[in-house]
Amino acid sequence: MQFIPNSPLKKSMLHELQLHNIDDLFSDIPNKIKIENLRLPPGRHQQDVEDQMRTLARQNKSFCEMPSFIGGGYKPHYIPAAVKSIISRSEFYTAYTPYQPETSQGFLQAIFEYQSMIAALTGMGISNASLYDGATALGEAALMCMRITKKKTFIVPENISWEKKSILTNYTLGAGIKIKEVAYDKKTGKIDLEDLKKTIDIETAGFYLENPNFFGVFEDDVEDIRSLLQKNQSLFVVGVDPISLGICKSPGEYGADIVIGEGKSLGNPLDFGGSTLGIFACKNDFVRQIPGRIIGMTKDHQGKRAFCMTMQTREQHIRREKATSNICTNEGLCMLATATYLSWLGGKGLQELSETNYKRGQQLRKQISAIPGFSQVFSGAHFNEFVIRCPDTEKVHLHLLQQGMHGGLRLEQWYPKLKNCMLFGVTEAHSQESMTRLVSLLKEVC
Amino acid sequence: MYHSAVWEEPLLNELEETKKEPYTLKSVLPDCLQRKTAVDIPNLDETLVMRHFLRLSQMNYGIESGIYPLGSCTMKYNPKICEEISRWEQFSLLHPYQDETTTQGTLQILYELERMLCEISGMDHFTLQPAAGAQGEFTGLLITRAFFDHKKDFNRDEVILPDTSHGTNPASAAMAGYKVIEIPSTKEGTVDLEMLQKALSNKTACFMLTNPNTLGIFESDITEIARLVHEAGALLYYDGANMNAIMGKARPGDMGFDIVHLNLHKTFSTPHGGGGPGSGPVGVKERLARFLPVPRVVKKQDTFCFDYTYPDSIGKIKATYGNTSVILKAYIYILLMGGNGLTETSEIAVLNANYMKKKLVDSTLYQLPYRELRKHEFVISCEQLFLTKGIRALDVAKRLLDYGLHPPTVYFPLIVKEALMIEPTESESKKTLDMYIDTLLRIAQEDPSLVKDAPQNTVVQRIDEIGAVKNPILTWKHTENL
Repeated sequence: MQFIPNSPLKKSMLHELQLHNIDDLFSDIPNKIKIENLRLPPGRHQQDVEDQMRTLARQNKSFCEMPSFIGGGYKPHYIPAAVKSIISRSEFYTAYTPYQPETSQGFLQAIFEYQSMIAALTGMGISNASLYDGATALGEAALMCMRITKKKTFIVPENISWEKKSILTNYTLGAGIKIKEVAYDKKTGKIDLEDLKKTIDIETAGFYLENPNFFGVFEDDVEDIRSLLQKNQSLFVVGVDPISLGICKSPGEYGADIVIGEGKSLGNPLDFGGSTLGIFACKNDFVRQIPGRIIGMTKDHQGKRAFCMTMQTREQHIRREKATSNICTNEGLCMLATATYLSWLGGKGLQELSETNYKRGQQLRKQISAIPGFSQVFSGAHFNEFVIRCPDTEKVHLHLLQQGMHGGLRLEQWYPKLKNCMLFGVTEAHSQESMTRLVSLLKEVC
Repeated sequence: MYHSAVWEEPLLNELEETKKEPYTLKSVLPDCLQRKTAVDIPNLDETLVMRHFLRLSQMNYGIESGIYPLGSCTMKYNPKICEEISRWEQFSLLHPYQDETTTQGTLQILYELERMLCEISGMDHFTLQPAAGAQGEFTGLLITRAFFDHKKDFNRDEVILPDTSHGTNPASAAMAGYKVIEIPSTKEGTVDLEMLQKALSNKTACFMLTNPNTLGIFESDITEIARLVHEAGALLYYDGANMNAIMGKARPGDMGFDIVHLNLHKTFSTPHGGGGPGSGPVGVKERLARFLPVPRVVKKQDTFCFDYTYPDSIGKIKATYGNTSVILKAYIYILLMGGNGLTETSEIAVLNANYMKKKLVDSTLYQLPYRELRKHEFVISCEQLFLTKGIRALDVAKRLLDYGLHPPTVYFPLIVKEALMIEPTESESKKTLDMYIDTLLRIAQEDPSLVKDAPQNTVVQRIDEIGAVKNPILTWKHTENL
């Protein structure tokens, strides 16, 4: 049998154990629950399996074969070969969590560098070594706000993705946190400041602002929001698209206490939505309340610089039911991809990339909203996603599909009020040619 | 013998930056949002970046470097073919919200993997959404809560678990809002039925158990345990971290478990990636299926699609559909191994563990607390070494590093003093097992000072972890205060 070197030695090893039969090793399993065998097909040759996978792969249409302009948080980005090369190093990808620091210095240093770059990007003091994804990071942020403020109400905008709402509810159910929603301004697409004023009170543990928000719109009332939160001694949680931070101020600069986000866009492929990378950064003061692993720099006994997992008394393997979170396995390799990606880009590269994404967004929005029957829904400044009202989203979707393309995300299914609205997204990964083609195909619909 | 490279590799921000023209930011955003300062990440040439990370990789030990017998972690070989196929563009460049007619290949894989896991574990339905084992536990407990809420039984706010349980068990229970009740194990290292019976009541929501447990002992009373738990009206939860011991031999579903999580990154050979991404699918019996997260993958005629129409579902636990790239690798692994291969996997994993255990215990240098027969892992104690020579489990672990070997899990489970928890997996050859055993025996007979001063042969020597906590330096900006 492949991948089991001792298969041919079964008999002799059993003999050394003074056993006759392999089943002697399973004599502690009561007969009534023993099974004869697994009803699965027998094992197969690698080449055979590869052929079958090729057949399955042909049933999928990748971004290369079929460009998509779907918004809603997941968008393709160019991944340099250097990143793929580094995360293919088996010393990295076949390693376990670095519990033995002396033999894991490489990964530990890379995580320390990831933490440093995320802190720099978000304007926060510290970052952890990743959570599962941006959505669960919101759940963890709400729990952390409760631990810090000892208050049990958390406010979110009405217009965050339905997935995030559901996950937030599940994460905060056990702690008994009450979730309140704040409406968005129907004209600008930004948070309705007046409604926030009405909703927030001294019992509010924290408020989550997404910037740019789910509709792609930048929230620019951040100073007003910050002072409102300060007045109520509530924490300011900001969710970011990390690529926007090349042109946008870091949340740290406008007073965020915790910054979260989906980091998949930084060097990780779409992968049908997973694997993901939960970014979680916060102010230095909150270090003992942060969920998940953190790597620290220290010295070995000879005074040489060294890295190790630190502040572990927050974590489940030590603290059990009193841990700040149950998370153990995180998103190590995605984090390594992001560390490599950000190093490859550099601060300057990220700023350029961010600007390209912004410009692409403006260009495509202008072109689409100039088509008769298509119009921009929100007036607020936007990044690389935007909402368009179409004549008939179903018709648009089917026409594009037929022509080998995906348009925007149909918002109606999650926001019934946004009838015939599509959320488009565009990045540096889209060719000018595919953008032109999208516009001309849309023209054919009306 | 493995020797890691030793580089004195600077931090990224200490490398020489590439001189580029200063980048001027054009104002495009409202003034209150416009970035006015450069992003503080060094600008390096690709050459420097590659060399930096390559050197870091050379100071890291993976399963391809050598044996990695961490107990309860199932560090087995990760077949290359799984890795390669998962990176094909038709899988990796797929958008989660694409029209389902354009993702039939992946949907079929998700659908079929759920069914394979049902057969392996004896459950009726699966969700692949949870990102890791701990999230699987959390999902299982949310399902438990939904189940009792649905029955209007709001009294059950306790979760019971044995003192050998993984730390994530109590942490997940607490996060789901449950009180945690820990029961001590018997002298045999197994669940104490009397204690369990005492702890069970109409307040019990769930009993969480790993079988074989973290001592590597199979809970032979499992059907009696299931009966007691069900009689109390509670659910029985299976932590699948140790599934590598029993594939093709017994199934949690047949033992009476109601909810199961499996770790694809353990039993089903997907790489650990230095801490993730993982995948912790959750399986349930029919009566709990209505509470599983959405979307579920269903087959209508010959087409696969996502189905959101489950009004009693707990909703979502993770964005999109799970860590699909990991799920894909597990699917390929199961195709490669087949039913016979998975059974052989568990047989040899158990054989290897018992072989090592016998040689180590026969030496009398290490002691085996509790029952003889173990499954895929075993826990030995260094207590005698400590009492006679002052050598602790941690010292043995660090000394193993000097021999170029990865140590086992230390100090777990908590009920064994000076514990070394060893899980060789089916991936290791007899020669490697013998070498590891010999090294452990040699260490036990070495000059204690040599062992206590270990490691000497690694990139860094023993690390000041207390200093790291006292004076936290968590980013390169913090180093400015040094």
